[in-house]
Amino acid sequence: MADISIKGLHKTYPGSTELATNNVSLDVAEGEFMVLLGPSGCGKTTLLRMVAGLDFPDEGSISIGGRDVTYLPPQDRNLSMVFQSYAVFPHRMVRTNIAFGLVMKKVHREEIERKVRWAADLLQLSPYLDRYPAQLSGGQRQRVAVARAIVMDADVLLMDEPLSNLDALLRLDFRAELKKIVQQLGSTTLYVTHDQVEAMSLSDRVAVMKKGQIAQLGSPITVYEEPADRFVGGFIGSPPMNFLDGRITQQGALEIGGQGTAAPEFLARAAARTGGTPVMVGIRAENIALAERGSEGSLDAAVEVVEPLGHATLLTVDLGGQTIKVQVPSTVRVSSGDKVGLRFDPAALRFFDMETQLGLTA
Amino acid sequence: MAAPDAPAAARPQLPPARPKGRPPRRKGNSAALLLIAPSIVFMTLLFGWPMVSGILQAFGGPQGLTTANFTRMAQDPYFWSSVGNTLLLIVVMIPIQFVLALAMALLIRAKPRGSSAYFYIWAIPLAVSDLAAGLVWLTVFTDRGYLNSLLASFGLDPVSWLAYDNYPSMFGAVLIAEVWRATSLVFVIVVAGLQSIPKDYEEAAGVFGANFWSRLWHVTLPLLRPSLQTALILRTILAFQTFAVALALTGQNFPLVVGETYRWYTGLQDPNVASALALVVMAVSMVTAVGYLKLLRDQSEAPR
Repeated sequence: MADISIKGLHKTYPGSTELATNNVSLDVAEGEFMVLLGPSGCGKTTLLRMVAGLDFPDEGSISIGGRDVTYLPPQDRNLSMVFQSYAVFPHRMVRTNIAFGLVMKKVHREEIERKVRWAADLLQLSPYLDRYPAQLSGGQRQRVAVARAIVMDADVLLMDEPLSNLDALLRLDFRAELKKIVQQLGSTTLYVTHDQVEAMSLSDRVAVMKKGQIAQLGSPITVYEEPADRFVGGFIGSPPMNFLDGRITQQGALEIGGQGTAAPEFLARAAARTGGTPVMVGIRAENIALAERGSEGSLDAAVEVVEPLGHATLLTVDLGGQTIKVQVPSTVRVSSGDKVGLRFDPAALRFFDMETQLGLTA
Repeated sequence: MAAPDAPAAARPQLPPARPKGRPPRRKGNSAALLLIAPSIVFMTLLFGWPMVSGILQAFGGPQGLTTANFTRMAQDPYFWSSVGNTLLLIVVMIPIQFVLALAMALLIRAKPRGSSAYFYIWAIPLAVSDLAAGLVWLTVFTDRGYLNSLLASFGLDPVSWLAYDNYPSMFGAVLIAEVWRATSLVFVIVVAGLQSIPKDYEEAAGVFGANFWSRLWHVTLPLLRPSLQTALILRTILAFQTFAVALALTGQNFPLVVGETYRWYTGLQDPNVASALALVVMAVSMVTAVGYLKLLRDQSEAPR
């Protein structure tokens, strides 16, 4: 086990002018589960491949456990990896697939046998040890890929969207299982995904990436509740955070769609000095409650779409010309066309600069 | 074109009581026959009929069928030496060709500068006729050829590379010419095979600690097995038929089996023995192909 220290990584793929990673620095502590999250093309896989040694950076350095590995080939880095395509060798039986890394390390035969049995037990592969991958289902092949990675006792475990090829139900099952296994192993893990739910549920910390850079690094709850910029808020959460054009008046009120509510003090103070500023307001659907229309502090809105989700009901409402999502308990009975009042949880309001789209904090 | 449709239209009225023991005719049988008819005609005319007449010729004699042609073939002083030469050439040449082709294909895959140019250059011999290739190498190895001129320019004595009493150098010359001429076939097949293997497998092997040679041995070669098998069968069968290169370089001094067939047919004017020889070559080729298929069977494709 070891920590990973990434410093100032630049990488441009040949034939492309865009930076795949742009000055990325990241420290992953020993035993930490770090998730790289972002939309496709954000550089998260490139970053993982550079840590793996499958690609080399143009600039910057990577060290694992204090050892500079920036330009070492993958076989000299003492890591293991789960590939998105699984890359389970089709010509080897499950047993020899799992044992592959140990055989390469010339581990003693009995030790290999013991570890393969342990991993097969853990991943419920014992009945399939003498089968070829072509005889397994996708989920089983996925397990083989994970088993092959965890027998290694490597310094670092890398995973490249390991669940993305599974169907939704299997993914849910296996996500929890994966979390349990990795917790048992306690290995330093770098995990790439574009699925924000996966990122939230698995990680100790999330690095949200955008256009080759890390947009925000923090615990999943922090990233969810306090997005550093509009991109992060809009990427994480289902539905994503609502963004509303608002204005802080000189009197210290927050004005959205021509209606006023209370503004936080730090913004009110600034606005009093400048004579009012436009601001972007972010709020998550679950932090908006329905209220008596016209009651104190509520904003008038009209329901456009009602989507019952079972555990809750998702409303699309029109608030002074801006469309937002509101999540209400499934017991609430509303129908489209209803006029409702909305009450924003003041503690959950987030503010972003209109131009830079960066989060504003006190 | 109404013919295939007519029975189909009649079928719904057929009573379920069919003659026992006959499998029910599947729909579209006649259409299928019609579709494969051209290839059946083609195969019968151009493969079946010549093969049957060849076999008849091989066993033919003035008093009906006989094995005398095979006896004559085997008693010919050149026969066994031609068999020995052919086998020696195959045993030495095929491994060399495969190692070379694999090395070249791996080089291409590593994408050095100008790799696409290498591909075309290395594939050129594929388009050169074997007789032309033999004549080109003759200009190299002949007594006043390029090789001896080169030796002379270093002040060395010329060597009679293709002299009948200098068997090793004669064999070497034929080997080099054949390797040059025919490796490209293996190369093209291996390149195609390599391109069909996802890069993930080798990357995974690398991550799990395999160096270049381990990756090659444990991952690339096994995954390349179908291509290697194809190339091996093709190359071995074609190697049994090596002929023009040796003829151009050595005349009769380095006899090969198919060269003997040619000699029996044109020189000795005996098509019966020539057919017998051709039949032997075909039998050996078929046995080899089946042997390769059995030997190199892919276990992961074994019955489930």
